This record gives sequence, structure tokens and C-alpha cells, in this order.
Amino acid sequence: MSVLDAFRVSCRAIAANGLRSVLTTLGMVIGVGSVIVLIAVGQGAQKGVQDQIRGLGQDLVFIKPSAPVRNGGPGAQTVARVGAASAQGLTKSDADAIATSGINGVAAVAPQISLELQAITADGNQEVTVIGTTPEYPAVRASAVADGDFITDADVTKKSLNLVLGSTIAKTLFPNGEAIGQRVRLSIGGRINLNFNVVGVMAPKGGSAGGTADEYVFVPVSTMQSRVGFVRSATGEVFVNQINVQTRPGADQAAVSAQISDLLLTRHRVSTPDFTIQTQNDLIGAAGQVSRTLSILLGSIAGISLVVGGIGVMNIMLVSVTERTREIGIRRAVGARGKDIILQFTTEALALCVGGGLLGIAIGVGLAIGIDGRTIASQTMTTVVQPWSVAVAFAVAAGIGAVSGSYPAYRASKLDPITALRNE
Amino acid sequence: MITLENVTKFYRSGTEVIRALDGVTLTIDRGEFVAIMGASGSGKSTMMNVIGCLDRPTSGKYLFEGHDIARLSDDARATLRSREFGFVFQQFNLLPRMSAIEQVELPMVYQDVRSRRRKARAALAHVGLADRMKHKPTQLSGGQQQRVAIARALVCDPRVVLADEPTGALDSHTGEEVMVIFESLVREQGITVILVTHEQEVAAHADRIIRMRDGQVVEDTGKRIRMLA
Repeated sequence: MSVLDAFRVSCRAIAANGLRSVLTTLGMVIGVGSVIVLIAVGQGAQKGVQDQIRGLGQDLVFIKPSAPVRNGGPGAQTVARVGAASAQGLTKSDADAIATSGINGVAAVAPQISLELQAITADGNQEVTVIGTTPEYPAVRASAVADGDFITDADVTKKSLNLVLGSTIAKTLFPNGEAIGQRVRLSIGGRINLNFNVVGVMAPKGGSAGGTADEYVFVPVSTMQSRVGFVRSATGEVFVNQINVQTRPGADQAAVSAQISDLLLTRHRVSTPDFTIQTQNDLIGAAGQVSRTLSILLGSIAGISLVVGGIGVMNIMLVSVTERTREIGIRRAVGARGKDIILQFTTEALALCVGGGLLGIAIGVGLAIGIDGRTIASQTMTTVVQPWSVAVAFAVAAGIGAVSGSYPAYRASKLDPITALRNE
Repeated sequence: MITLENVTKFYRSGTEVIRALDGVTLTIDRGEFVAIMGASGSGKSTMMNVIGCLDRPTSGKYLFEGHDIARLSDDARATLRSREFGFVFQQFNLLPRMSAIEQVELPMVYQDVRSRRRKARAALAHVGLADRMKHKPTQLSGGQQQRVAIARALVCDPRVVLADEPTGALDSHTGEEVMVIFESLVREQGITVILVTHEQEVAAHADRIIRMRDGQVVEDTGKRIRMLA
């Protein structure tokens, strides 16, 4: 019997038991569909996180103090460490030293000091994250100014009271119109009370790892240093929360990190680092690890349903062989060999599974594309349909078909023709 | 052509051993028209199954054209069966969902024969069913179903046709029609026909009658000149 003949016979047998075939196939449809959808969701999550990290900027190396950080004041959360702690924190002069060290591959250095402050306007007040930084920040962190200007070198030199608002906070503070030229008072309790001029508004950036950049308020780093007393150590050093280093395109970030580490160890006169250095790739890798685990978890759940579907197919094929004993006997009597019977029943199981697999692919891919960008339970879904997941799901479906069909087919082929013919 | 030498076939039914064939020795030549008669349980169907390579003897020798069948594998016997034998059963044994033409094509499917449709059409026309090709078994009378089964048995040009009570489920008139077809196979095409029956009138069409009882041949008329019915 040729494969084509076996296929024709299978199709007729499947069509003859329409409802049963559909129910049998349903297991494969759900299995294959859920493999594709769940892997697409897992991959979507991975892509989302990676995009966020890439959105931070390009070729970045982040240096953060690893020593515990004490609260800077009422309402402040993580602020630069105050001098009481034993280990040394990162200072503005560390950032300057990195910039002037001549380490090959360093393109720009932007330290940042962040504080939680109250922003007070005529319309009310709002707690904001204020970042003291330098004119390099937009370039290093892949941000752009939409209106007005960012902080300039002159602002830093003059320690001016100019600030730049993130796009969202600009709308929150000035819901009725133009923010530029308006005044914003920044305060913590009564200890600091400064009136700033709004000189610029940033372009929207969207979500990003570790806080929404659109909510930030930017001031010159020097203003933060000189006017906000408690970010200074007892010896007058200015602490920073983070030093952003941009490396030259193609530079070996590991080598740059190692040299920065050496420099800081020497400057801090310690043998074990009191800071952590992370490259952007480290972050992407770490995030990838998490979402890969997620993908594997989701994929395994889907895989289980695929196996359950396969068991269903095998069960139905066994029933089918028993029911069609007489048919098998007739076929044997007119010349079917054992291998013809095996071919027939294996093909039938394969056709069921492959048919179910194709339907599952259509439904899975459709569903994955359908939920992409939609909000489900206040979570915006991102899905990425992976061609390999489609291929794997299909191959597994076909494999299960072959396996679950072969045992019933073998049983069918071993039926004694005489007994099979006598079967009513 | 067909030689059985001291063939036995035992079945085990619980603790009891049933001697379906008990030392049968027999020779059937090409072109013979043989009727095997006997009461039910006499072993006549078993003998037909053994001759048709559907069943293997427990002991003894079965030579078909000089080949020892017992030494062939399952698949080899299936191949031999599909090439040399055509079967006709009392219950027709047609597949319920297939049209007449597809039933007749079935043996050719397993032999990878070309132009099946044409050959199947010719075989159906030969048994007088040219106008019933698309009919399914339920749409055909018993006699028509049996003729489909005969067409199916003949389509691969077998040398031997084995018929197990072919008229058993038919009334005497249609049974007679079927017997006429069998006779023409022998007379016109030189096909060997071996027929199992317990009806004297049916057996009367044959040239040779073998009577069986308890798994043994009790009478063999040998090849004889045909009696007038």
C-alpha cells in the first residue's frame, strides 16, 4: 500500500467518525496552541525587559555604591550615604577621576545624585525624584529634550536654579499649559526651600527599568551639591547615587569595568569593592535569565497538555482498532500485509495529530497576535511569536502522533486474520 | 498445484483441544472445481483457511505450486494470498462505507497495481454490476453484494478462488446466479474454484466433492465427469 493510499484511507476513516475525530484532535489543538501562545508571552516579556534596558542608553556601565545607604532626610528614600557609615560611598570626585583617568574606551561620564523632594507650584504639590546631573546626561541615557534646553555647562558652573522636567511630571505640575518659564519650589520639610525656573521639558521616554524617567526632575549637579547640605560627607565630599559611564562603541566593556574597578579601589583605599559595576549587557543577561526561566515554565505547562492530547489520541486509536477488527480481517483477506495495516493506522493517528497541530498553530499564532498590545488585568501584553516554537510544537505533535499511533497499529497488525474475520 | 500431506490443525479451547483438521492428505489440480462438504464443525472452513494461507497448519505439509507454505513469513503469505487467491465469504465481508468500485479496487491497493479504476470497472461489469459501481453495500441486494465480493476476488487474476458458503446467505434463485458465475470461472477462465458448502444442490455444480467429518476426509469423488443437475 502506498503512503498516498494510506492517507486516503485515513482521511475517510477520520471523516466517518467526525465528532470523535474532532474531540480527539482537540487535545492536540489545545496543546500546540498553548505551546505557541505561552512561549510567545514568555518571549514577549523577555523582549519587553530587554527593550527597557536598551532604552536606558547605549554602551552604558553603571557604578553604584554597594554599602548600605542611610536615609537623607524626611521623605527621602535612597539618597547618597551620609558620612557616618564606615565604608566610603561614591563621590563626585570619583566620577571626575574616571572622566580624567584616560581609561581607554570611556566616552562620557555622568554622575547623578537623586533625592525625593516636594515640588510646590501654584497648583499644588507633588513628591518628585530630583536628579542632579551634568549636561552629558541626555546623551548618555538616550533621552532628548522636547522643549527648551537641558542643563548647560553654564548652569553647572553657576550652580543655577534652573530645572528640566520629565514629560509626565511636566503635565502633572502644569496641567493647564506651558511649563517653561514657570517656577517650581523644591523642598524637604523646612530644611531646603529653593525656587527653580523651568527651562526645559524632556521628550516622553516610556517605561524603563528602575523607575520612570518621565517622572524625573533634573537640576544641575553642582546646585544639588552646594545647596543640599546632607549629600555631603563629614569631610565635605559630595556623594552621588550612581555614576553613568558611556563607553565608546565597540569598546570591551569588561576591560573598561575592570580598569574603573581598579581605579576606584585605589582611590577608596580598600581591597574589596564598596561599589558594584554593572554593564548594560549584564542587566540584559540577568533579565534574560528570569524571562528564560519563565519561558521554560510556560513551555513545560503547554508541553504537558500536548502529551495529554497524545494520550487521548492513543486511547482513541486503540478503541478504533478494536472496533474495526472485522475491517482489518477483510483487508488481510484481500492481501494486506502486517505492514500495510501498520501504515494505515499510523497514518491515521499522524493525520489526526498533524491536522490538530496545524489547527493549533493557526489558533495559537492568531491568539498570540491578537493579544499583543492589549491590556489584560491592567497588564499590557507583549507577545513575540517565535518561528522555532511553531516548528517545535508541530514536530512534537507529529512525533506524538507517530508514537501514539504505532502501538495500536502494531496491535492491529498482529490480529489473526481468521479471528478478525469472525469478529462481528 | 495444491498438496496437503497429513495436515493437522488443533485449536485450544480452554482445556479442550479441538482437532479441526486431523491428518488430511489431498491433492487439487489446476482448473478443478471442488466442493468441500460436511456438517458444521467438520473442519471444512479450517481446511479452506489453510489452503488460502489465512491459517497455518499445526503439523503436516502444505505445498502450493511446490512451495512449503509453513516456512513462509506472515508477510510473504499475505503477498502470496493477494496474488494467487481470491476469497468469497458467506457474509460477503464488504467494507461498509465503500462503494462497489472501491471494494473491488481494494486488493489492488495492496499490490500497488496501476489503472485500478479501469480494472475494477471491468471486473464489476463481468459480474453484471456495471450500473451499480457507486453503490454502497447497504444499497445493494444480497446477491449483488456477493457479486461485488466475487469481482473483488477476481480482480487480481487469482489462480484459485476460495468460496466459503457463498450462497449461504442468499435465496436459492440468487444463489443459483452466483453459482453460474463460479462455473464460468472454471469453464471459461481455467480458474481453480474450491467451494465450501453443506448444500447438495450447490455442490452439484462442482466436478469433485470432498466430504469431511471430524477433521478427516471421509469421501473424495475424485475428478469426475460433471453430472447433469
